[in-house]
Amino acid sequence: MFEFDKSQKQIQKAVKAFAKGEFDKELIQELEKNREYPKEIWKKATDLGFIGIHFPEEVSGANLGIFENVIVAEEMCRKDSSMGITLTMAGYASECLLRFGKDELKEKFLPKIAEGEMLSGGAFTEPDNGADITLLSTTAVRDGSEWVINGKKSFVINGGSASFYIVLCQTDPNAQPSTQGISMILVEADTKGLEIKDVGKKLGINMMPMAELTFESVRVPLSNLIGEEGRGYDYVQEFFAESRILSAAQAVGTAEGAYDRAIDYIKGREQFNRPIAAFQSVRHKIADMCTKIEFSKLITYEAAQRFDNGKSDPKFSAMAKIAATNAAMEVTNEAVQLLGGYGYMTEYEIEHFYRDAKYCRLEKEMSMF
Amino acid sequence: MDILNYTEAHHEFRQRLRAFLEKEVTPRAEQWEKDHIVPREIWNKIGQQGFLSTSVAKEYGGLGGDFLYSAIVCEEMASTGQTGLAATLHSDVVVPYIEEYGSEEMKKKYLPGCVSGDIVTAVAMTEPGAGSDLSSIQTTAIEEGDEVIISGSKTFISNGIHCDIVIVAAKDPAIENPYNALSLYVVDDGTPGFEKGKQLEKMGWHSQDTAELFFNNCRIQKSNILGEKGFGFLMLMGKLQQERLVCAMGAVNGAQICLNRIVDYCKKASDASGKPLSKSQAVQFALVEMATDVKIGRTFIDKLIADHMEKKDIKTETSMAKFWMTEMTNRIIGRSLEIMGDFGTIETNPLLRGWRDARVTSIFAGTNEIMKFIISKLMKL
Repeated sequence: MFEFDKSQKQIQKAVKAFAKGEFDKELIQELEKNREYPKEIWKKATDLGFIGIHFPEEVSGANLGIFENVIVAEEMCRKDSSMGITLTMAGYASECLLRFGKDELKEKFLPKIAEGEMLSGGAFTEPDNGADITLLSTTAVRDGSEWVINGKKSFVINGGSASFYIVLCQTDPNAQPSTQGISMILVEADTKGLEIKDVGKKLGINMMPMAELTFESVRVPLSNLIGEEGRGYDYVQEFFAESRILSAAQAVGTAEGAYDRAIDYIKGREQFNRPIAAFQSVRHKIADMCTKIEFSKLITYEAAQRFDNGKSDPKFSAMAKIAATNAAMEVTNEAVQLLGGYGYMTEYEIEHFYRDAKYCRLEKEMSMF
Repeated sequence: MDILNYTEAHHEFRQRLRAFLEKEVTPRAEQWEKDHIVPREIWNKIGQQGFLSTSVAKEYGGLGGDFLYSAIVCEEMASTGQTGLAATLHSDVVVPYIEEYGSEEMKKKYLPGCVSGDIVTAVAMTEPGAGSDLSSIQTTAIEEGDEVIISGSKTFISNGIHCDIVIVAAKDPAIENPYNALSLYVVDDGTPGFEKGKQLEKMGWHSQDTAELFFNNCRIQKSNILGEKGFGFLMLMGKLQQERLVCAMGAVNGAQICLNRIVDYCKKASDASGKPLSKSQAVQFALVEMATDVKIGRTFIDKLIADHMEKKDIKTETSMAKFWMTEMTNRIIGRSLEIMGDFGTIETNPLLRGWRDARVTSIFAGTNEIMKFIISKLMKL
């Protein structure tokens, strides 16, 4: 059962109030149009402790869990999917430091994420291999006291704005299986040899940067290795077990935001001398939407709770992501349909919830796999 | 035996059109999408080559072509990657009203321009307060001597910015019964009182100049009434079969292009060991299901085209086709993006534009819910 306790209810209330006060419709449309990061709102969110809520206190977090992070994501995305996803991805992949990195790295970088001084990015997938990260073309070779990294990474969230990237590298190309030759290395953004190419306009969430990274003999200290050499693939799978829960929460919030707007519209819009909410087929659509939102919430909360109880279940997290993103696509699709022609107009917001729900489905770890 | 019989003349027309589009339209689509409009001249260009309003009779400067010419235009336009040059809307939805219901004077006045591209057309039915419920439109048409005064506002009008003439649905406020009150009028751009409003920003169809139109005591000649007063609804009923059919045709054409592209993509994209996506069983089954949908859709459409050309009453079937094809196309393009994963999120991917563009097709030309409502009536449920 998922009754929020007192402190969780307070967090939910606080995030809701923050989003209501700050997520201005016109501002968001401008930021999206200009593909501009919401710096001010991000700062405010970090000041209020919403970013890195799941970090320990020693690194400026609130010592809470993924469940609380889920509450933040859900409420933010409910108010606005693009802003919500952007803000809750501010520290993307920094969990790798938290879970697997040594203290020096944690202390150096994590507080900066929670305090709104740095964004982070994860560089995992590669241009030619699709979603398959079992064998990487990006290599890291020891040379004296440094790693030398060469390769290319695609679809890097926050690429271009992040201060550091968690990069998955093949440190032993001859390992059998190849996954045992993969390591995770931290690369700071201003390191020589790191080229960043913005991917351009996206399907949605354009205020969040995304880029292709090219590493040309990039040199970083050996101490930038996160955890143990050869354990990178295991680490990233553990990270995905955590990040998929966040993705699911973003999808839940997005679905709820679309649903809220659809309900408002169908009550007010009259055709054939009655609100369209009076039509049976419309009511059935609404019932269907509610059901989808409920089950995707349940599976997401369950996944979060399992993680926080030390029983992280990669299979279950993946199920939560699939279920919640499927539901979000269907709910937002129906919401657009309920608004008719207005559902297609950017002025009515719902069309971007539809696009953002699709983004939730498509991003990272192709659901087909 | 083939359902449709394309002749040599049809094939030549298709080759010429394809060459024209590949030269003049497709390479510019990206820019037009960015500009959110097409240059007015492209309408003239395509008209001058004889690709607009192919059904218009020779005596008015047209080709006098059968519906297969329209089908060819619809099919070839689907791969241009833009929606601003809405040739099928103009040629097969709007102009047919003038062809069938216009007076001789009106036909002589407008049809040659509709063929040459000198006249771009629009049809204005929808209003902010009247979408699915067309009978509740508020735009009035009041007769005064030799003139009719039109007042009201219309929204979601395709070709709204470029249109030289617009067919407006308006009511005589003196007539109680909304079905007898509605008539259609042809209004020329530039008529005092007729104002084109702002272009509407949309999820897709970026190069299409969808706009609001305003009529402020706009005075037109009585001779600009289309057909007979009070027959608006009947005229609309008469033409909606073709409108729905061409929407359905557009949808299946879009689905076909998507299928071609995703199959191609899957053959080329591979995993880390070099195995193409198309060798993965889950992907194979997905592609097969999509191909089957498209095949079934195409077969139904071809049959409806044939029936339509024989002037059969296929109101039920075209309404079915409209909702089924548009749902199918949305489903297929959506699924294709999922196969592509992250690659489906970047705007340089043409399938993504197709996905955004497809979304409106279950809404315009009568929502799919309205289609189901109409069919239930025709099935006497």
